[in-house]
Amino acid sequence: MLGTAQYPSPAVLADAFRRSGAGVATVSVRREAGSGNAGQDFWALVQELGVDILPNTAGCHSVREAVTTAQMARELFDTRWLKLEVIGHADTLQPDPFGLIEATRVLIEDGFKVFPYCTEDLVLCGRLLDLGCEVLMPWAAPIGTGLGLNNEYGLRSLRAHFPDVAMVIDAGLGKPSHAASAMELGYDAVLLNTAVARAGDPAAMAEAFARAVEAGALAYSADPMDPRDMAAPSTPIVGKAIL
Amino acid sequence: MDVSHSFTILGNGVAGLTVAAEMTRRGAAVKMIDPAGAPGSHACSWWAGGMLAPECESVVAERSIVSHGRGAAGWWAAQGAEVVRNGTLVVALGRDQGELTTFARRVRNARWLDAEGIGELEPALNDRFGRAVFIPDEAHIDPRASIATLHSSLGEMDVPFLVDGDADGEIIDCRGLAAADRLGDLRGVKGEVVMVRSADVEFSRPVRMLHPRFPLYVVPRGDGVFFLGATQIESGQRGRPSVRSVMELLNAAFALHPAFGEAEILEIGADARPAFPDNLPRIRHDRDRIYVNGLFRHGFLLGPALARMTADLLLHGSRPEAWYEDRRER
Repeated sequence: MLGTAQYPSPAVLADAFRRSGAGVATVSVRREAGSGNAGQDFWALVQELGVDILPNTAGCHSVREAVTTAQMARELFDTRWLKLEVIGHADTLQPDPFGLIEATRVLIEDGFKVFPYCTEDLVLCGRLLDLGCEVLMPWAAPIGTGLGLNNEYGLRSLRAHFPDVAMVIDAGLGKPSHAASAMELGYDAVLLNTAVARAGDPAAMAEAFARAVEAGALAYSADPMDPRDMAAPSTPIVGKAIL
Repeated sequence: MDVSHSFTILGNGVAGLTVAAEMTRRGAAVKMIDPAGAPGSHACSWWAGGMLAPECESVVAERSIVSHGRGAAGWWAAQGAEVVRNGTLVVALGRDQGELTTFARRVRNARWLDAEGIGELEPALNDRFGRAVFIPDEAHIDPRASIATLHSSLGEMDVPFLVDGDADGEIIDCRGLAAADRLGDLRGVKGEVVMVRSADVEFSRPVRMLHPRFPLYVVPRGDGVFFLGATQIESGQRGRPSVRSVMELLNAAFALHPAFGEAEILEIGADARPAFPDNLPRIRHDRDRIYVNGLFRHGFLLGPALARMTADLLLHGSRPEAWYEDRRER
């Protein structure tokens, strides 16, 4: 999955999509909307990418704002899919777990397929699943920081507790190695934006991420070894005592 | 030179005026038609920053804008515009130093400055930043004054500025975003700006403050007036600056220098810049006319090169070395 903001141009955005092989594009509705459909030229370019559109509620700080934006998104993009963001802190942009639960409840009742942008908190994620979410989108680190997997233990634990739920690492990835790590944990996908859009060569970075995601997923399916303390040569060393 | 036939330029924003200046300089007969009247606030160039900063811009655009933008300062000076050539200063706040490092790595001809070096260039920023990036070979102009200069010199050459009427000769369509009625791939990218006046702070060159969310550039316009810009939002909406955007610009300015907190707000403006999908301009032959459009945020930087190439094409038949499309054969 790729976000569509911050690219040098829509042409570069399209190149990045082609080379990433991403199947889903997230689109921010709120700011471009202004009044009416002022952003429709850009949205038309995104729709030309030929991938599924996942509108988001980026920048919404309250339940009401998020719900209104979601309804607008449903009309504009003719989809029930929604990446739900309810921002709880203006500086770190971290999710507001309480607002997220409330907005999820309202929107699922209204027929939306909610993809909640959440923290890796096990209890929060459990509640979101109870409400009917079929996909979870936990963060790796705050949006746009590129810090990678901030709490690998938490993400590993989340994966282990809900092995059958589709989970996408959303936010905070900076380098392809971060994406590979996320996939090695058994996550199903990653969502990227800043890491690709703000790279010196976004299209090349998109491809680098694609390869990393593929490598990470393959590694997960290949059941990687666990680390161990004892060195074990893969070729026996003859004639030396090793105890 | 074939100047036996005349040209009608539609639109008197920066694209139309630069083309008109290049055409008339070479002896072509030109008339301007713009239903909004004389050059002014109806064109998005009215709200431009006026930075002739190809190196800085190339960080988020193609390198081609550097070679084609390099001549802009000289061109505007030759038209009688007041061009200040003393570079661009780029700073970032404490925790955004990573942005500055990335920027410095990606921009060419950049020089790192320490606090002392910053103070020497811009005393107002003395002790406010520990380091900065300086790009010496860049310039800035006052867009409105420069537009007025072009307007009056064209007037002196008896170029008519009409609000309607029939086009004579070849049509050069420079209507900016209004030409989206005929150019399906043209879109608007909204920009919001604030003009302020402060007696407490003085800059002699554009200062850019990098930020992951609220980038700012401040361009001094003289007499204590500063241009603060500019947002970049994928929206074709002309006008309607939002509270949030203005708040972000003002916040950023305040963070750059607290004296901006006491500045007087003179104007708040917004318009949408015309852009093609690659955000690069075009000289496009199609059906009954030639379009000069898509200058995006580079009207004053790339207008002169585009105008020169357009005049070379129309008056000498030489194919533009960049950004040219001939769709007449399709």
